[in-house]
Parts: sequence; C-alpha cells; structure tokens
Amino acid sequence: MAKLELKYGNHACAEAAVLAGCRFYAGYPITPSSEIAEKMAELLPKKGGVFIQMEDEIAAMGATVGGSFAGLKAMTATSGPGFSLKQENLGYAFMVEAPCVVVNVQRGGPSTGLPTQVGQQEIMQSLWGTHGDKMIPVFYPGNVQEIMEETIRAFNWAERLRTPVVLLLDEVLGHMRETVDMEQFEEGKVEIWDRKMPKVPPEEYLPYKPEEDGVPAIAPYGTPGYRGHATGLHHDYTGFPTTDPEMCQELIERLINKVKSRQKELERNEAYKLDDAEVAIVAFGTTARAAKTAVDLAREKGIKAGLLRVITIWPSPEETLYELAKSVKAILVPELNMGQYVLEVERCAKGEAPVYRLNRANGKIIYPHEILAKIEEIVKGGK
Amino acid sequence: MGAPNLPMEKIVEKKPYFKYLRLNKMPTIWCPGCGIGQAFRATCMALDELGISNDQVAMVSGIGCSSRTPGYFDGFTLHTTHGRAPAFATGLKLARPELTTILFTGDGDALAIGGNHFIHAARRNIDLTVILINNWIYGMTGGQVSPTTPEGAYATTTPYGNYEPQFDIAKLAIAAGATYVARGTAYHAMELKKLIKDGIKHKGFSLIEVLSPCTIVYGRKNRMSFEEMYFWFKENTLPVKAWEKLPEEKRAGKIPRGLLYHDDSRPEYTEVYWSKVKALSGGEK
Ligand SMILES: Cc1ncc(C[n+]2csc(CCOP(=O)(O)OP(=O)(O)O)c2C)c(N)n1
Ligand code: SF4
Ligand SMILES: [Mg+2]
Repeated sequence: MAKLELKYGNHACAEAAVLAGCRFYAGYPITPSSEIAEKMAELLPKKGGVFIQMEDEIAAMGATVGGSFAGLKAMTATSGPGFSLKQENLGYAFMVEAPCVVVNVQRGGPSTGLPTQVGQQEIMQSLWGTHGDKMIPVFYPGNVQEIMEETIRAFNWAERLRTPVVLLLDEVLGHMRETVDMEQFEEGKVEIWDRKMPKVPPEEYLPYKPEEDGVPAIAPYGTPGYRGHATGLHHDYTGFPTTDPEMCQELIERLINKVKSRQKELERNEAYKLDDAEVAIVAFGTTARAAKTAVDLAREKGIKAGLLRVITIWPSPEETLYELAKSVKAILVPELNMGQYVLEVERCAKGEAPVYRLNRANGKIIYPHEILAKIEEIVKGGK
Repeated sequence: MGAPNLPMEKIVEKKPYFKYLRLNKMPTIWCPGCGIGQAFRATCMALDELGISNDQVAMVSGIGCSSRTPGYFDGFTLHTTHGRAPAFATGLKLARPELTTILFTGDGDALAIGGNHFIHAARRNIDLTVILINNWIYGMTGGQVSPTTPEGAYATTTPYGNYEPQFDIAKLAIAAGATYVARGTAYHAMELKKLIKDGIKHKGFSLIEVLSPCTIVYGRKNRMSFEEMYFWFKENTLPVKAWEKLPEEKRAGKIPRGLLYHDDSRPEYTEVYWSKVKALSGGEK
C-alpha cells in the first residue's frame, strides 16, 4: 500500500538523514539550506542525537568530523558561500577518513550571488573545491522522493568507504513540495550500512592500515584500548605523520582508489527514452526535470530524443557516457552554470558524438521549450 | 635523544606520567630548549595525579609547533586544521562527554586564524581544557609576527620591529565566557602542573596560557639565548597575589601568574545539552 505524504525537499533530506541513522548535525544558517538545520534541530534531540549551530561553516564542518570520530553518523548542510568555507575541513575529512555527509543546496554564485535563486555551479567544486587530489562520491537527486533515497545512500556509502560524501541539491529541489511514497522508508525496510569496527585486539590495532577493500577499520574515539592518532598530514598506518615517499604515494592512491574502484556500484542514472534516441540530453537535478519534458515535446515533433539523468555525478559514469556517445548522433548538456559537467561528458564521449551546451547562470531555470529549441537546432545541423 | 633503554615498566614505576607518552614516536620535532615540552610534561603529570587513564583522554590540536603535541600523547588524538581545534573538539566532546578533552594550541592558532572558534567555545562554557602555548611568534612557519608578539620585538614579518598591539589572552577569555583562566610559564614547571590539573578538574571551559620560550626562532630574532628567555619569565612574572599588592605604577611590565579567574556557578554546555535531550527523548540514544 502506498503511503503518500506531501514533503518539502529540505525537510525530506533531514528526515531521511535521521532514518539513515544520523545522530550528529552541526550547521550554520544559509539560504536556501537553512530548513535542513531547522528540521534537524527539531528531530535530533528527541532521538538522543546531537544538534549544534556553530559559529560559522568552517566550525560546522570541523564539529561534524569531531562527531564522526566519536562514532556518530554525522551531517552538515550549507549553500554556496558556506560550501566554500567548508572546503579545507572537507579535505581534512577526506584525509583522515571521517565518514560524513555534506549537503550543498546550490544557489546562484559566485560570491554571495543569488541567495534565493537556483544554480548548479558547484558541480566541479563538489569534487575539486579543496586543495590537493581527491575522489569522493557526489550524489544529486532529481525529486523529493529521491532526496530521501539519495540521502540514505549518501550515509551508507560514507560509512562503508569511510569518506565524506557530498549530496548536491539545488534551490528548486530544496524548496519544492512533492508527494513522497513513504512505504519504502518504513521501519525495517530501509537498508542501513554501518562502518566496520576493528577485528584485531588493541595491541595489534593500526588505525590506518587498510583492509582488502582499501578501507581501514578505525575505532570510534573513546573505545577502550583502541587509541589512535589522526592528522591531515600524510601519515603511516599508525596515523602518525610521515614524509616517506612510498608511504605518501600509497596513501593518496588508496584514498582515491577506494572510491574509484567502486564506481560501478556507486553509479546511478535514469535512462529515459534512450533506446532509439538520436539526440541524448545529459542532465541532473532541477534541469533534468525540464529536460524530461523537452524529450516528450521533441518526440511529439518526431525527433528521437532521450535523457540520461545522472544521479551519481562523481565518480562520473565514464563507460555509460562513452556507450551513450556511440549510440547517438549528438549530446546536449543543459546546466545552470557556464559549462561544467559538459567538460566531463566531452571527455567521456571521446569524440564519438558532438557535445552541445546550453548554459545559464542568472538564477532562472532552463525551460523545456528552450531545451526543445536547442534540440531542433542541433537536428537541423546548426549549433 | 632516542627512547630510553630501561624497560617501560621500570620507567613508569619511577615516572608514572610516562604511560601517557608514545615513546616510539620520539624524539619530538621540538627544538632544544623549547618550552612546549614543559607544558606537555606538566599535562601528563596532572593527568596522572588525577588518576585519569589514557583511555579517558582525547587530545585535539590545530597546526603549529604546539599543536604537534597530540602526536606524542597516547590517547585519542586529533591533529586538525589551523585554528579549528575548538570546533573539532566541540563536536567530539558533545558526542563523547565522558572523555576528558584537552586542546593544545598556539598564539597564532588560537588567537589569529582560530580566534572565532576560541571565543565561541569559551562562550558556550563547554568542558574543554585549552593549553595555549604563548611563545609570541609563529614558530612552525619560521618566525612571523603573531597577535601576542610584544611591541618592538622582531619577527620575520616585522623587520623594523612590531608596531601592533597585543591581545591580553586572559582578559579575552574571561570576557568571552571562560570559567577557569590561569597563566603559567615554562620556567615555573610545578606551578604549571597545578594550574593545568585544576583546569582539567574544572567543569567548564578552562584556559591555561603558558608563556613559553620559542628558543630557536623568537630567541634568535630577538638576540635572546634560551637561558635568557627562561630567566626573563623568572624576572618578569610574579604570583597574582603579589602582583595585586603592587602599587599601580610598579605593575608596568610585570605579568601576574597563577589562577586569574574561576567561576563555578555557570552550567557546563554538554551537561545542559544532554539533560535537555534526556527530557525530550526519555534517555534514548
Ligand atoms: C590555513 C592555514 N594557514 C596557514 C598555515 C601555515 N601555518 C602553520 S603553523 C602557523 C602558525 C602557528 O603559530 P602558532 O599557533 O603560534 O604555533 P607555534 O608554532 O608558535 O607553536 C601557520 C601560519 C596553515 N597550516 N594553514
Ligand atoms: S620553532 Fe620555536 S616553538 Fe617551534 S619547536 Fe622550535 S623553539 Fe619550539
Ligand atoms: Mg606561537
């Protein structure tokens, strides 16, 4: 039996986090993400969890890592300027392998930008915003039901891989009310993964020694006997700083590969009318909603259009995009930025199909008829 | 200096605070004569006297020479980002209030880049014990000016002498809401141990400022040998009681040591939080 509820996007994110087992939230208010913090402030104390509003986003990210090291599933949420402030400590979380979920409800940038309007300008920053090399999972749902699914998936992968996971939303999704079928989220029906615990006795415990999956089993701080050190410096298996070149290279390769090697498992897309498509749209989030309508409009006009809606943005679905490029005559990437993911699509297409862009960064969405017009232009052989 | 040749049990028998050391990580990165080691030893002795076991202690730090301390401490240790230790520690302490949580930080770490986190942790009166190594300089990065570099002193970024005023750390902490504020020096080692011990015992935000010589960087820039620096602390600081008795005009240039402020009346943050949670959730965790 379907159990339908009308839900607000940002609230859905908070509720799903609690369902996923989140018991720690540290944040700092910023439009259009504040409702996530407000909902967490209401829910977590009743669940015996921690909510704290910190003095800024740097502190919120730091406290989140602190909560995670204590063994709690931890989350923080923000938007544009706050996401920039979090970057150094997000890199720290990656380096010390602190599981956590960082939500960025995208608004128009750069700088203070367009606080109350939509943007998709952090596609690249979500992966490359912090200094140094990095690979972390980045998920981007496309409707409120999926916000719940992807929030839970973000927590599960964060815990399994001991990594920060970025969950991208955008202003439209965060501030949208939609029907959610709550049946799949009922008690006992949600699949929850927890982080692994060390299997060795304390004398043999090496917090940063990876197991076969490349993930170390670090005990929560406070676990008797399992003391350890964590540092943002390059470190050895004990967690202590090292500059040994072999150890440093091994560390950085492991941190990247533990995520990259799971790309197939992490991949999630929606293929819409792609089977016989000649023009494929690659889109995500709010823009993918307009793209879907554009596909239908194009089909009404006899144009074989289809949509690949990317949900796992990073690591990118390289093979899927390559196969797509081989199967169509052209690809169009509409996005609410000046051309970000299109670079990745071009890279993955390897020249098998021309890749066109449709860009906007003025706080307005891209409408279906605009995408349709672009498709018609492409089909006519224009640009 | 390598690890001593005696078996560990023998050493611990003689110096019980050695149980807190990660001897296999020594020697430390600190320069000869540096005062950080004195503060570290005082902390370990204080913990030992309080009977707090390794498993009950978290040590958190930012970046700097002083912030390297947790690496040598055999507890739950986090060496975080520059200035942000109070934020990480706030998260950890809220989630694990049972852990005695000690911060090691520097004048640059706590007062420049991390000033905001420092005052907010004090304002919340969260039960952290902050040991602030005030060496008047950015030691780790080679001697740049800090918010506590004395006026006229030389740093690599004040080649003509420092012309900026200094923070009064104790006044700043008290104004921000800290409920235990003390000042010690690396010269007065046993007094420092007592101040740190009382700071750890205190339920609430404790700040212990440790005047500490940066022998290599500050000392060299300002033509002070390490003996001269330790001697300076001896000559220019005095117990707070004695300082209070000094007539106003004789106080200039003299720094009071000891317990400067203590208030047991304000509630501690994690206690307030968890009692609220208990009331709301019926104890579920
Ligand atoms: C964000 C950031 N900015 C700058 C630095 C460089 N840095 C490292 S330590 C330090 C100053 C440390 O001074 P202090 O806190 O007084 O510690 P000390 O070394 O004197 O003990 C600076 C500026 C850094 N690591 N991170
Ligand atoms: S540079 Fe200064 S503060 Fe750093 S270890 Fe050397 S003496 Fe100590
Ligand atoms: Mg210093």
